Amino acid sequence: MTQQNLSLSRRLALMGLGGLVGMPILGAASRARAQAPVPGGTAAGGQVIDITRARTDPIPIALPDFAGGSPAAQQLGQNITRVIANNLRNSGLFRPVERAAYIQTPEAAAAAPRFQDWRVIGAQALVTGRAEPQGDRARIEFRLWEVGSEQQLQGTAYTAAAANWRQIAHVISDVIYERMLGEKGYFDTRIVYIAESGPRDRRVRRLAIMDQDGENHRFLTDGSFQALTPRFHPNARQIAFMSYNNNQPRVYLFNLDSGRQEVLGNFQGMTLSPRFSPDGRNVVLSSARGGDANIYVVDLASRRERQLTSGGGLDVSPCYSPDGSQIVFNSDRGGDQQLYVMDAGGGGARRISFGNGRYATPVWSPRGDLIAFTRISGGRFGIGVMRPDGSGERILSEGWGMEGPSFAPNGRVLTFYRESPARDSRGSGYSARLAMIDIAGFNERQIITPTDATDPSWSPLLSS
Amino acid sequence: MQTKLLGALAAAALLTACASEDTSGAATGAGAAGGAGGMGGLGAGQIRPGSQEDLVANVGDRVFFDTDSSSVRADQRTTLERQAAWLAQYPQVQVVVEGHADERGTREYNLALGQRRASSARDVLVANGVSSGRLSVISYGKDRPAALGSSADAWAQNRRAVTVVR
Repeated sequence: MTQQNLSLSRRLALMGLGGLVGMPILGAASRARAQAPVPGGTAAGGQVIDITRARTDPIPIALPDFAGGSPAAQQLGQNITRVIANNLRNSGLFRPVERAAYIQTPEAAAAAPRFQDWRVIGAQALVTGRAEPQGDRARIEFRLWEVGSEQQLQGTAYTAAAANWRQIAHVISDVIYERMLGEKGYFDTRIVYIAESGPRDRRVRRLAIMDQDGENHRFLTDGSFQALTPRFHPNARQIAFMSYNNNQPRVYLFNLDSGRQEVLGNFQGMTLSPRFSPDGRNVVLSSARGGDANIYVVDLASRRERQLTSGGGLDVSPCYSPDGSQIVFNSDRGGDQQLYVMDAGGGGARRISFGNGRYATPVWSPRGDLIAFTRISGGRFGIGVMRPDGSGERILSEGWGMEGPSFAPNGRVLTFYRESPARDSRGSGYSARLAMIDIAGFNERQIITPTDATDPSWSPLLSS
Repeated sequence: MQTKLLGALAAAALLTACASEDTSGAATGAGAAGGAGGMGGLGAGQIRPGSQEDLVANVGDRVFFDTDSSSVRADQRTTLERQAAWLAQYPQVQVVVEGHADERGTREYNLALGQRRASSARDVLVANGVSSGRLSVISYGKDRPAALGSSADAWAQNRRAVTVVR
C-alpha cells in the first residue's frame, strides 16, 4: 500500500507558448495523470462533498515543506508546499495546520511519517514530499497520507521543467483535493479577465491572464483598443472576446499559443457576449443590428452563422449547457431582463427566472446542475444560483455592484467581479475587483490584481 | 421632473464647460462630449461651423433616456430635430450616434441597450430627413460614462445618445 503509486512517475511535457504569451502550460503527454485507486470508491474516509460541511468543518491538513538535499532543493520544496497550502486554504474546505505546531521535521516526515506526531496536532491528512532539481528540470515527489488510518492515499512523482514548479504545485493540489473530497479540483487553472485602468470616462481595458491564485499575471493586449468579456475555449488555448478594434465592436478570437487575434465573422453591426460550445466547435453570441439584439451561433470551421432567436427585445449573454443541448440566455422580450432556456438549435424558449428583480449574465455550471446569474433588485446587485428549471434560487453574495459569474471547472466555486461606487462626481472611490465564492455562499475572497479588474472567465483544468 | 431639471442643467453646462475648469458632475459630463473633435487649435469663441464644437455649443449633441428605456422622450425630441436641421445645413458632415447606459446594469445587456438607444436617436434623425448613409451607430454600454459619479444625477446624464461628427 505504501509504495503503491510512487512508481507511477509522470513526465509532464511542459512547453512554453510562443509569441506574446509565453506562459507554460501542460502538453498532451500529461493527460494520464497518476491516480491511485482508493478502495471502496470515491473519497477518503467515505467523505462526500457537501455544501454545508465546509463552513464549520474544513479538513485539518499538515503540509511540512517538501524536503530537499541542497539549499536550492529545499527552497524549491518550500515554494511548492506554500503554493499547495495556499490553494487548499483558499478553497475553504481545508485548514492547513499551523506550521509552528509541527513536531516531526520535514526531512524525517518525508522519509517515514511518525503518525502520532501528526495526530496529536490535529492533522487529519498529511502531505509529505521531496524536491530534487535536475539541471533545468526538477523531480517532485509527493505522498498524501490519512493520519488516522496511517494509510498512504496517493504517491506520485512528477518530472518537469523547473520553471514550471508552480504548475506542479497546482497539479498536486488538485490530486489532494480530489483524493480527500471525491471530486476534481480546480487549482491547475487560469483566469482571463479585463484589466482596467485610467479615469472612468477614458478607461483602458486590456485582456489579462493569470493563474487562479493570481500568480503568473500577464497582459495579453496593449490597451490600444478596448477589450471586454473574454471567455475560454474548452481547450484553454483560445479566448473569445469583444474588441473595439477600429471602433467596430466585434467578437474576436485570441490564440494564446500565437498571441494572434482575428475577428470572428463579418457580422453587420455589433457582436457581443461570445461563448464557446462545450465541444469547442461553435461560438454562440449576440448580434445587434438596428435596435434589436439576437442570438446567433457561428461554426468555427466554416464561419457560417445561424440565427437562433428573432423578434423584438434584446437577447444577450447566451451560454450552453455542458451537454450542448440547451442554451440559457438573457432577454427583455417580456418587458424586463429575465433568464430563458432554449434548445441549442433555437426554439422552445421558456423563462426560468421568476424572483424579485431583473436577472442577467447566466452561466451554466460544468456539472449541469446549476445556473449562476446576476440579479438586480431594489437597487442592489447579487450573484446567485438556481437550478436549470428555475427552482431553488439562492443569492450567494450581494452588494452595490457585482456581476459576471464564471464557474470553476468543478462547478464548486464562482469567480465574478464586485464594484464599489464612486464617492464624488470625479469618480473617486470607484473600484472593480475580482472575487471568488463557494457555491454554498461562503468563503468569498478578493483576488489581488495589479489594476481594477472585471469580466473574469475561468479556464478548464489545464492538465486533465 | 427631476430628469427635466437635469436636462436644463446639462444644457447650461454645455455653454460654460469649455471655458471653465468646473468639475461639478454636470459640467464634467457635458464637457466630456463624445471624444471626437476636441478643441483642436481653436481658441474659445472660434468655433468652426459644422464642427463638433458647433454642434455642442449651438444645437446640443446629446439626448437623455429614462432608466431601462430606449424610447426618445418627448422632451428630448427637439434636440434631435435641431440636429437634423443642423445636418441639413452641413450636408458633407457624417456623424456617428453613440449609445450609452448608466452603471446600474450588467455590461452585456447595457451594450445592447446602448445600441438600441443609439438606433432610436438615429431613427428620429432619419425621420427628420437625414440620409441614413450619413449616420452610423455604436454602443459603449456603461463603459464610457459622461458623468463619473455614482448618483442618480450622474446616471441620468449617462443614459444618453451622443451625436459625434466623424
